[in-house]
Amino acid sequence: MTVARDENPKFAEYAHPERLVSTEWLAENLSQPGLIVVESDEDVLLYETGHIPGAVKVDWHTELNDPVQRDYIDGEGFARLMSEKGISRDSTVVIYGDKSNWWAAYALWVFTLFGHEDVRLLDGGRAKWEAEGREYTTDVPTPEPTDYPVVERDDSAIRAYRDDVIAHLGKPLIDVRSPEEYSGQRTTAPAYPEESSLRAGHIPTAVSIPWGKAAAEDGTFRSRDELERLYFDEANISKDDDVIAYCRIGERSSHTWFVLAFLLGIENVRNYDGSWTEWGSAVRVPIVIGDEPGDIPQR
Amino acid sequence: MSDAILGCVTEHALPEALADIREEFLEVGEKERLTLLLEFANELPELPARYSEHPDLLERVEECQAPVYLFVEVDVAAVVHLFITAPRESPTTRGFASILTQGLEGLTVDEVLGVPNDFPQTIGLSKAISPLRLHGMTGMLARIKRQVREKTAR
Repeated sequence: MTVARDENPKFAEYAHPERLVSTEWLAENLSQPGLIVVESDEDVLLYETGHIPGAVKVDWHTELNDPVQRDYIDGEGFARLMSEKGISRDSTVVIYGDKSNWWAAYALWVFTLFGHEDVRLLDGGRAKWEAEGREYTTDVPTPEPTDYPVVERDDSAIRAYRDDVIAHLGKPLIDVRSPEEYSGQRTTAPAYPEESSLRAGHIPTAVSIPWGKAAAEDGTFRSRDELERLYFDEANISKDDDVIAYCRIGERSSHTWFVLAFLLGIENVRNYDGSWTEWGSAVRVPIVIGDEPGDIPQR
Repeated sequence: MSDAILGCVTEHALPEALADIREEFLEVGEKERLTLLLEFANELPELPARYSEHPDLLERVEECQAPVYLFVEVDVAAVVHLFITAPRESPTTRGFASILTQGLEGLTVDEVLGVPNDFPQTIGLSKAISPLRLHGMTGMLARIKRQVREKTAR
C-alpha cells in the first residue's frame, strides 16, 4: 500500500477498510505521491464536462473490454493502458464514477483480475463529491508513461463463466437485477433495452437482492450491520460460502461483488459477467420464471 | 458488406443539416469526435416554458440510459419542431439530442420521415463511444418519427 488508508470510523467496521476512501480524505490527499485517481462512468463524456482535479479517465467499454471478442483486454493491453494513465504496479488507485459507482466497481473488479493490489473506491462516488460542492476541473492530465509489468489476467478467483455457474447450482447465487427482470416480466433493465436477451427470468436457485439495497440514498455503502442483515440474515448467505453474483452484463453485480468481498469479507465471491445477456440467450440452459428462486434442474 | 451501397442510399436521402453534421464528425479524428459531441451537448437548448413547466407532456425515451424526454410539434405548414431534454450528468445523451434537434428542426414531415434509421451509425461514433451507446440515438430518432406519424396520421 503506497498511500496510508483512510481511518474513517465508518470504514473501520468493514472487513477491508483499506478498500474505501471518503470524499474528505480524497480532497485532502489529492496531491499525495503514488496516488492516482481514476474516473470510470457509464456516460463516456461525463469526465470531459468536469472531474476531480488530476483524475484520469478509464472507459469500461472502449478501454477495458476487448474490441472484438466479448472479453476483457489481456495482460499486454492492461499494461499498456496503465502506462498511458500513469499508473504503476504499486500505485494507490482510487476509482469513482456515476450511477452509484456501478462502473467504478466494475473497473475495480477488472483491475483485480490483473492483481493490482491497492485499488479503492470513493464512497458515494461522483454524486457525493458533486453534492458537497467540491472542486472539479476540465484540465486533462498528461501522465508520464510508466513501466507497468505485463501480468496475465487471472479469471479463476473472482470471475465465473457460464459453465462455472452451471456447476455452482445449489450454492448461493445472487441475482442483483430489478425484480421485474428477475421474475421475467421484462428481458432488459428498465432503461437498457439494447442490452437484451432472448428469454426472460432468472437462473434457477438464484435469490433476488437488487444491488441498490447495498447503497444508501447518497450513494455511499450501507453500514456493516445493515449489509449483514441483508445478505446473511435475509439471503441466508454465510461467510464461508462460495457465492456468485450476476446481473445483465456484470456491472451492477460488480457493485455487489465489492460489498460481499471487501465489506463483508466473504473470501470466495465471483462475478458472472456473462450474466443475463449470455444466460438468457444461451441454448438449453435452465431458466426459472416468477418470484421464487426455483429448484436445481434434473440433468 | 455493401458499405458503399448503404452509403449511397443514406446520402441520397439525408437532409442538408444532418449531412453537414455528419461531415463535421467524419472530418475529424476519433478523439476530436468526442469533443465535438460534447460541444453539441452544450448547445442543447433549454426547453420552452410550456414544456419545462409541464414535464408530463413530454415522452420518455426508454432506449436511452439516462432519463430523456422529448416532444414533437408539427405546425400548420407541416413543419416539424423538436424539444428534447436530458440531465446535465448525461452529456452523451444530451449530445445525441442536440444533433437530432439541430439536424431535424424546421424540416417538413416528409423530410423527417425520410431520414434513414441508421443515421446514428453513419457519423463515425461507433468506435469512439461504442455501438451499444449509439443505440440511444437510434431510439430517439425512432421516437421522433413515431410522434411525427401520430401527429400527422401517416
